Amino acid sequence: MEITSNWYLILSALLFSIGAIGLLIRRNPLVMFMCVELMLNAVNLSFVAFGDRLGDIAGQVSVFFVLVVAAAEVVVGLALVVAISRRRATTTADDLSVLRG
Amino acid sequence: MVEIIVFAVCAAIVLVGAVGVIAARNPVHSALFLIQTLFGMAVLFISLEAHFLAAVQVVVYAGAIVILFLFVIMLLGVDQAEDLNIEPIVGQRFIAFIVGAATFVLMVATLAGSSDAITGQRQATGPLGDELTDNNNVRELAEALFTDYVFAFEATAILLTIAVVGAVVLAKRTSGEMLPVPQNTLEIREADYQARVDARAAELEANAAAAAEAGEDGSAEASSAAASDDDTADDEMADAEGGDA
Amino acid sequence: MLQTLLAQQAPIEAIDTPAIDWAILAPLLVMAVGGILMLTFASVLKRLPSSVWSVAAVVISLVTAITVIPLWMRVTDTANSATSTLAGAVAFDGFSLFLTVVIALSVALSAMLADGYLKREGLEGPELFVLLMMSASGGIIMSFANDLIVLFIGLEILSIAVYVLAAMHTRKLQSQEAGIKYFVLGAFSSAFFLYGIAMIYGATGSTNLIDIKNFLSATVLADDALLLAGFALMLVGLAFKVAAVPFHFWTPDVYQGAPSPVVAYMASAVKAAGFAGIIRVFVLTFEQYRTDWQPVIYVLAILTLLTGSFLAIVQTDVKRMLAYSSISHAGFLLVGVQAATDRGVNAVLFYLAVYSFMVIGSFGVLTVAGGVGDNAHTLDDYKGLSKRSPMLAFAMMIFLFSQAGVPLTTGFFAKFGVISAAIDARSFWLAVVAMISAVIAAFLYLKVIVAMFFAGDDDHGHGADAEDAADASEADADDAGHEPIDIPLGAGIAIGVCALVTVVFGIWPGPIDDLAREALPRLVAESSAFLEIGN
Repeated sequence: MEITSNWYLILSALLFSIGAIGLLIRRNPLVMFMCVELMLNAVNLSFVAFGDRLGDIAGQVSVFFVLVVAAAEVVVGLALVVAISRRRATTTADDLSVLRG
Repeated sequence: MVEIIVFAVCAAIVLVGAVGVIAARNPVHSALFLIQTLFGMAVLFISLEAHFLAAVQVVVYAGAIVILFLFVIMLLGVDQAEDLNIEPIVGQRFIAFIVGAATFVLMVATLAGSSDAITGQRQATGPLGDELTDNNNVRELAEALFTDYVFAFEATAILLTIAVVGAVVLAKRTSGEMLPVPQNTLEIREADYQARVDARAAELEANAAAAAEAGEDGSAEASSAAASDDDTADDEMADAEGGDA
Repeated sequence: MLQTLLAQQAPIEAIDTPAIDWAILAPLLVMAVGGILMLTFASVLKRLPSSVWSVAAVVISLVTAITVIPLWMRVTDTANSATSTLAGAVAFDGFSLFLTVVIALSVALSAMLADGYLKREGLEGPELFVLLMMSASGGIIMSFANDLIVLFIGLEILSIAVYVLAAMHTRKLQSQEAGIKYFVLGAFSSAFFLYGIAMIYGATGSTNLIDIKNFLSATVLADDALLLAGFALMLVGLAFKVAAVPFHFWTPDVYQGAPSPVVAYMASAVKAAGFAGIIRVFVLTFEQYRTDWQPVIYVLAILTLLTGSFLAIVQTDVKRMLAYSSISHAGFLLVGVQAATDRGVNAVLFYLAVYSFMVIGSFGVLTVAGGVGDNAHTLDDYKGLSKRSPMLAFAMMIFLFSQAGVPLTTGFFAKFGVISAAIDARSFWLAVVAMISAVIAAFLYLKVIVAMFFAGDDDHGHGADAEDAADASEADADDAGHEPIDIPLGAGIAIGVCALVTVVFGIWPGPIDDLAREALPRLVAESSAFLEIGN
């Protein structure tokens, strides 16, 4: 038996599904962001595996861009979480129950 | 043979990590599981001969992005465990599993169908650009980055600027009071969720009471467990859960 | 030492960087560099009033639109002047230029609206304009992206800035919740989009649209499952951005919570950029596979049209109502895409151009009428708007008639264009559904118009006040609902321009239509290509 790029692709599909499920079932925004990271990593694996299959470097280059995008997304997402939790601390307890939307 | 073992071990590490991320109650544990997945992925990159990417994966992903996560978790407090037995929206988990399973089945079917091992035929026979000529991974990457992808490369500058500006805008302290929130933003499903959180807390309490009655020696432990579970549910209600999607 | 080390290395060949046609990049450079310069100046000159930044943003956007004019001359000069640059990553054709202008004008109008909004809400200025312009440069990148990775980067530049913009009202929790909701779902859909790119790369061996098209026309794939999975995943990502059903869940909540000027931008420029991606990737590059993707768009269009119009009617919040109406407009645009003909593309471009003006106008009126906190958007709040501000109510009526597709407004020709393109392409049922949905949606717009003009007096509780107010006109000043509304200068100009465009081109649609006709997308390799386009 030989490990072909298909094995990697199936692993990546599995990882992508786990990330997607996690994002839909969790309520904690931080964990949801981690699930997005899982999904992006799954895509990275696909890119590298396809690049390997095709003997082409573009797959690996794409991973760079995904990395940059993931970093930018995480920065903004975490800033949003921090902003909300900080503002919430300054509001009254009554508002808390209203705003859990 | 070595290849198979490496793949099997890494795949196991990656998948266990991924399941851990979505199943851990405490976000810190999720972050640690994420690191596990990312390391496993780095090894897979090496076995796919993407050596430079493997290094970048460890340095940037595990070393920077996950640390950023941990910073924020610590900033917000580490006691935000989430009671996974409560479904945020009725039927949401069912839909989630359908979506996940459908995606996976679709992908696997697609890949199996297009497998070069099965049909003996590849989708594309080779790269449309230049063939890989030598083993100099970094040089190949650099060349692609500054020829075919130079525009995308330059455009990421705007992306990073936006990330910085956005983070500063969102995180800076604001002057002035918060605006009052109109009551009509309260959504029905939130009330519904609250009801189920309460029901869950009551259920735990009932279980604890039953346990206390069942055996006197275990009663102290059971009630303390019930108390902590209760706290968890309450915390969960009060903590930042703004990203209900 | 260092030199000897270097000498021992293999000789390093310089990398042949691709030729750059800077003129083609001019609109993007003006927009992006303008944003960065404003950021720089804003950090030094803190004392300037925020209107200065607003004016600067408007000027930069207009300059962006003006730089397009010579390029437009060049591209329409001869039939074959469309080209691409930067190793084929950047397309130069009428399509990209047309959408660049649409996006730039959306930024200019939204920036005018934002000026008064920021002052009223007591928010600090320049960041909003900076993010608006940077986001727009992402939209411009998308409109001329000839490479899937470039398209992805453009999409992310556009979206990440909009996530921040949606959460921009830092003293309003709904705004921030809108931001985080949009963010989580947006990141989710981006991941799908990206996975789709990976699949297409795996199936064709390239991310460059020119190469992909050449490859697909020269090769018959033994098994196209991978390619089709790529289509499906990419479509999920793009359908999310344009708010097509069933990927629309974020729209009402985000539109309701986000600052109104930002919503105006989202409804116009973000939608335009999303359709730029759909048309360039599907209609143009995967033209050959149209029998595979057309049915999917067909179903999406029907779902979007019906869901958008039906759910809009049951809303009681005007902002949510317009959110659902924007979903139904996405349905009409998909009708044009589904035709997958030149005529369909023309119709979509015309629709996007005129829709931008009417939707920015509508949200402009909402910005002004929303009052401090941007919250007074229930249908009750709009009752008697014609008394509080006749001009505002009149402008809103024009925009709503136009969105409903009443003749003598631009909306009529827009809807007529996409429906006749669908009939041309023999999608009769789709055309019928589109017409039915237009009729249903008309109810919704009438509901708002009736509230604004006729329902002010016969209201419970308020009714008595209103009659009193009618009797003793200004005596009722403490009743906040009946104060006349001050229209800030910037917002007034923006709403006026939008109303003017909607009416003038509604009577005389020829010029926009002619421009849209010349703005066909093309996939052309660089004319002086030293890279051989393989196939």
